[in-house]
Amino acid sequence: MSGILLEMKHITKSFPGVKALDGVSFDLNQGEIHALVGENGAGKSTLIKILAGVYPHPEYGGQIVLDGSERQFANVRESEHAGIAVIFQELSLVKELSVAENIFLGREPRRFGIINWNALYSRAQKLLDDLHLTIDPLSPVQNLGIGQQQLVEIAKALSQEARILVLDEPTAALTEAEVETLFEILGKLRERGVAMIYISHKLDEVFRVSSRITVLRDGRSVGTEQTSELDEARVIAKMVGREVDQIFPEAKHTLGDRIFEARSITVEDPTVPGKLLVDSVGFFARKGEVLGIAGLMGSGRSELLMAIFGAHPGRKTAEILIDGTQVQIGTPYDAIRHGIGFVTEDRKRYGLILDQTILKNMTLAGLRRLSGRFFTDEDAEAAAGQRAARELRIKAPSVYTEAGTLSGGNQQKVVLAKWLLTNPRVLFLDEPTRGIDVGAKQEIYNEINRLAAAGLAIVLVSSELPEVLGLSDRVIVLHEGRVTGEFKREDATPEAVMSCATGRRRLAA
Amino acid sequence: MTEVTPRRRFNIRTSALRAYTMLAALIVIWLFFQWATIDEYHRYGLFLGAVNFSKLLQQMAVTGVLAVGMLMVIVSGNIDLSVGAIVGLAGGIAALTQGRGIVFCLVSAIVVGLTIGLIQGALTAYINIPAFIVTLGGLQAWRGLILKWTEGKTIPVELPVFRSLGRDFLDPRLGIALAVVAIGLIIWSNLRRKRARHRHGLSALSAGALAVRIAVPSVVIVAFIFLMNKAGGVPIPVIFLLAVALVGAFLTANTTFGRYLYAIGGNPDAARLSGINLKRYVLAAFCVMGALAGVASILHTGRVGSASPDAGTLMELDAIASCVIGGTSLMGGRGTVFGAVLGALILASLDNGMSLLNVENWAQYVVKGGVLVAAVGFDMFGRRKT
Repeated sequence: MSGILLEMKHITKSFPGVKALDGVSFDLNQGEIHALVGENGAGKSTLIKILAGVYPHPEYGGQIVLDGSERQFANVRESEHAGIAVIFQELSLVKELSVAENIFLGREPRRFGIINWNALYSRAQKLLDDLHLTIDPLSPVQNLGIGQQQLVEIAKALSQEARILVLDEPTAALTEAEVETLFEILGKLRERGVAMIYISHKLDEVFRVSSRITVLRDGRSVGTEQTSELDEARVIAKMVGREVDQIFPEAKHTLGDRIFEARSITVEDPTVPGKLLVDSVGFFARKGEVLGIAGLMGSGRSELLMAIFGAHPGRKTAEILIDGTQVQIGTPYDAIRHGIGFVTEDRKRYGLILDQTILKNMTLAGLRRLSGRFFTDEDAEAAAGQRAARELRIKAPSVYTEAGTLSGGNQQKVVLAKWLLTNPRVLFLDEPTRGIDVGAKQEIYNEINRLAAAGLAIVLVSSELPEVLGLSDRVIVLHEGRVTGEFKREDATPEAVMSCATGRRRLAA
Repeated sequence: MTEVTPRRRFNIRTSALRAYTMLAALIVIWLFFQWATIDEYHRYGLFLGAVNFSKLLQQMAVTGVLAVGMLMVIVSGNIDLSVGAIVGLAGGIAALTQGRGIVFCLVSAIVVGLTIGLIQGALTAYINIPAFIVTLGGLQAWRGLILKWTEGKTIPVELPVFRSLGRDFLDPRLGIALAVVAIGLIIWSNLRRKRARHRHGLSALSAGALAVRIAVPSVVIVAFIFLMNKAGGVPIPVIFLLAVALVGAFLTANTTFGRYLYAIGGNPDAARLSGINLKRYVLAAFCVMGALAGVASILHTGRVGSASPDAGTLMELDAIASCVIGGTSLMGGRGTVFGAVLGALILASLDNGMSLLNVENWAQYVVKGGVLVAAVGFDMFGRRKT
């Protein structure tokens, strides 16, 4: 049963401006479930992607030793050949094809180059039987629920004779019954000697299935211990255990009236009718206040803001008050008109038009205000844009540089400038420092404090707990679409907030 | 870790670079045809002579007008395959309604185009049917309606004004007056711009730059009018094309409408979250396209002198090719009116030049197809390096 199967030694990986992994060592025994936990951005996904060959050999530092010999995977296929199968959060099944076709996609049993359908279906059936799954191999994947799709992914991994199975947040989309089925199957696989790396935010699950736990923090390993020697509180302490250091400038905000309030926000998943992503959440923000919203990925943070902003594609109910009067917000245009700005997450997807100039990106949301209702005024725009670029210290040859050529930090500043040029009173910030370097982070933190001092109400969503705690006057915590805690700045300890975020503790809000 | 700010070796904007490359390509094509048409009667070549050049511009007017509308549709991330059929239908209806007077029949051509644009735009923007499908269906349906209403017959243009819109020339004296007005406007707008920059606290353009901005277009205008007047004056369809191109360039570059079209084509998610009503602007682009197809139908029908059931066939492909040769991205978000008109001019030059050289028909198609693919190929090659 035992014996070291896989060792990852001193793994280092850098992205432009960020060191994602810094000398992480990790090992895996035969027939073991080894949990990998850490906050968002701690480096878990990067580590897995290196193992899976997504980041090929020379792009990282350190060694991967499998069965005692060093391996250097040049691509995903080589990693798969070595018996490593990764089931990512985003499932990689082709929805239109059948279960059996998906399992053997690219490796269909063939005779003279023609697919041998009988062999395909009988082998798929046997795999599913081995897992005691009652899924029809002929049924198209799109007819299956998310849970069953996940099990198909596992069957697919096993069909490739995977010895190491990596599960990245496998239960994020599952119902409780589906989670039970999954755990049962994981148990069977362990008996067969399959080793598993289990990544999850849900610590109760981690404690149920794993035999060892490794905690990552800021791209470093904070240690590996037997699960039996740990408890949830200690894991949380390890996950967050850093002092909120000097990077957060001490700022004393003077709080004014409640200029923004949202009541009973409920948001439905646009693809799964009836599933609630946000369930009757309410909060308010005062003039001059930074309100932090903490929560793990999938807790409904972004959906909450999108829904308030009138940009959620699915069904929702919301009651929004500006200065105490109820307003109707059906589209982002309405939101902007009522003085709400929204620095969205994922700047490349939602924030920027990459092949347009910095200037055009900056003036897009506030064009009518800056320029005129129908005719634009190039010079008025240029003047406003150059001022914003100077104030935010955007480093670029000129405002006529294409936004796509900038570094992450400067791109983020362009998005911020875009919203400041709409002259907002309430500013939503969703992951404003994701993937940018420390210097730019610092500048954005200073800007947030400056804006609060200037009288804006700021709602800050971030996966990085120190950021939320370091900047916010007040923190609310979301877990699975509900508010599970609310803290004043002085009471918001990392441990207390993380307990609420993982659903371990629930404070009446 | 240090961050490296990307620096360009040349501080020239890529869009400007693309425009200069296209201009250079056009000039090379012109010089080639000029050289190739030298014979004992034309010691300096025939191609760029006033008469031939005037004919060339008349030939491109219809495609050029369509290309301006097509550009807006493509920039918004859509496509219109039905414009040839709209030209046929609008032209046919204009010819059929000649009995009600010139104003009625011309207005009805434009209204037909606008209505079709409205229908196709609404289906694309509000019902979310892909534009390719909507306008592919339109291409067939509108052609069907032509057959129904014209009963498959060719209808001659009877009204002299209608005919002259496609064929006649502007009085040379009016041409000179036009040039004077245009140069005056250029000077005025540049001086106004200078004051505005000062007011906004922006760095002033140098006197040299200002002189170039006034002198270059003025010289081009004077040369153009001089050349056209040698051949009897500026052709009326070319006046229409210039007007459409100027308005189109202004719409795309200096209005919120234009800016939003580029934003929608460039990144629809970002555009939506910036408060832009995507549906409304896509609908508007289709309406402009439809109305311009109506204008093009008047020029085409007038020039041909009759409305035939197959009028306008394949014109959509010339319009799309003009945009693409002019640097427009079919993915949306990139392209200029200037480029699209230049693309139409390149296509018309190839057509005209090869006809002068008696290049066989089959070879003309091969060359034009090759130029289209090569233009995009160069563009891709250039972009990969940056």
